[in-house]
Amino acid sequence: MTRYLIRRLVYLIPIWLGISFVAFSLANLTPGDPARLMLQRDLGRQPTAEEVSSVRDTMHLDDPFILRYVRWLENAVTGDLGTSYRTGEPVLSGLAQRFPSTLQIAGLGLALAIVIALPLGIMAALWRNSAIDHLSRVLALLGASMPSYWVAYLLILLFAVKLNMLPVAGKGGWQHLILPSVTLGLGACASLMRLTRSEMLEVLGQDYIRTSRAKGLASWAVVVRHGLRNALIPVTTVVGMRFAGLLGGAVIVETIFAWPGIGKFVLDSIFDRDYPVIQGFVVFMGTIFLLVNLVVDMSYAWLDPRIRLSR
Amino acid sequence: MRDATVSGEGLARAGVNADQGAWRNQRVVFLQRFLKDWTAVVGMTIVALFALVAIAAPVVAPQDPTQVNASAILAPSSSEHWLGADNLGRDILSRLIHGARWSLGTAFVATTLVVVIGITVGLIAGFFGGLVDDILMRIVDVLLAFPSLVLALAIVGMLGPSLRNVMIGMVAVWWVDYARVIRGLTVSLRDREYITSAHCIGCPSHHIIFRHLLPNVIPSVIVLATLELGAMMLAISGLSFLGLGAQPPTPEWGAMLNNGRPFFQSAPQLMIYPGLAITIAVIGFNLVGDSLRDVLDPRMKK
Repeated sequence: MTRYLIRRLVYLIPIWLGISFVAFSLANLTPGDPARLMLQRDLGRQPTAEEVSSVRDTMHLDDPFILRYVRWLENAVTGDLGTSYRTGEPVLSGLAQRFPSTLQIAGLGLALAIVIALPLGIMAALWRNSAIDHLSRVLALLGASMPSYWVAYLLILLFAVKLNMLPVAGKGGWQHLILPSVTLGLGACASLMRLTRSEMLEVLGQDYIRTSRAKGLASWAVVVRHGLRNALIPVTTVVGMRFAGLLGGAVIVETIFAWPGIGKFVLDSIFDRDYPVIQGFVVFMGTIFLLVNLVVDMSYAWLDPRIRLSR
Repeated sequence: MRDATVSGEGLARAGVNADQGAWRNQRVVFLQRFLKDWTAVVGMTIVALFALVAIAAPVVAPQDPTQVNASAILAPSSSEHWLGADNLGRDILSRLIHGARWSLGTAFVATTLVVVIGITVGLIAGFFGGLVDDILMRIVDVLLAFPSLVLALAIVGMLGPSLRNVMIGMVAVWWVDYARVIRGLTVSLRDREYITSAHCIGCPSHHIIFRHLLPNVIPSVIVLATLELGAMMLAISGLSFLGLGAQPPTPEWGAMLNNGRPFFQSAPQLMIYPGLAITIAVIGFNLVGDSLRDVLDPRMKK
């Protein structure tokens, strides 16, 4: 297991370098001269040509691309992703500070999705073409088709405005967590449910399931120990991917619910043309995504001894 | 977003079933099976209706979608404004009808671009193999290492908000899925006997790619693309909702939702109808895509 972990970690290094390269290259997409933009922001007037060229010198903007990348990378590896134009704080700490809030709603959203999706998916597979199967199909279709930025407002109208049960927006007690998490978890729930169903169907048709039934094993044991454990392997991968997707997709939900997470921070930065934050966001989320994938791979190995032993 | 339940392997198998030169003969069978599925018919009907409305928008729309009317501000539904009017007194139904052009159109164009780039890269990587394959697939690996929205958001952030930039961002991120699937399909087809024969009789590479590989890859791509048209629409409208895409007064559905935000309690019609339009359109795409997949890939069938 340790060897497997080390192998995976080594494999991540070139991918991470690729991520950092993409993030660095993005800065070149910005329209206009970054030195001029920065001066305009600081001085509040059009800078002179001398001012621009002296800032270009201090920012080393005229150096070759690769040289600038290496210099930026050296800083990035030590955790220096630059400073925000807008707040003047280091980008990394700005992102790290807000990350736990995003993690909160994404984690709760995913947990809700799993708690609903797994039992429904299993039941839909066990009782194919029953009422519950059809219900799960309709729910999955709706979950995959309704825009989260619309569902959020429907939920607010119902639970916050009409029923007055939950707060409309902001951060506070546990009540504030519910609507953002539900909105965020909905799409993930739909796809997890369908996947659990199809994987369960596939597994339940295998010979070893027939064998374990034939030898008189209790039916729950067949379903849970032999069926579910095998069906869970692909489901785990998708859970991991979904989780990373939720973290990245939180920007919409955070904006609607005024949730002070990383997504809202980035959106504000986009409107303020705070490029270092956008760049840092890419590196940060890319790194998080790699780590999530690593955890998924490890749980994969834990669930499926074949993977652990074969490598 | 990316629907992980689309199995590349299953699609590869569907593609393999579809080759052997029998694809043309299977078309009739395929159509019959497809039309027998009522969900497919419902989906097709929805998609066709929305497409018609989009094409005929100037004829169908009762009013000018950008016509401001001070006397109808936030008006509820009436005989004059069937679905009510927005904060500037513009007719919501007319805006929705014209919005179909923007919302469906951008999703369609973006998906087409994604498919073209994905097929090109996938075929090249799969057919030539070796170093070309390695380089292309490492690029794909890196791009896949991001949650798709993160990178698209960053690209739009750097380029500045506009519908064109949103499409650039989505296409730049989304082609990798297709490239991966197409590459897998191509690799599985590459060692077929008819490809080897083509090599033997001296067919040039471009001939093999266009005449023998491409036709066998297309059916799977169509399934993937239909399934993802809905997701693409959700994503583009989502970015417009955030204010990053279509700018006022463009009646794009996501932008209409964004415009309605301040009024969602006093005049919910500003948000209800555009959201409903997006939902129904995406349901249409998803129904068609699911049925296509079921027909082309029997393994996934219920």
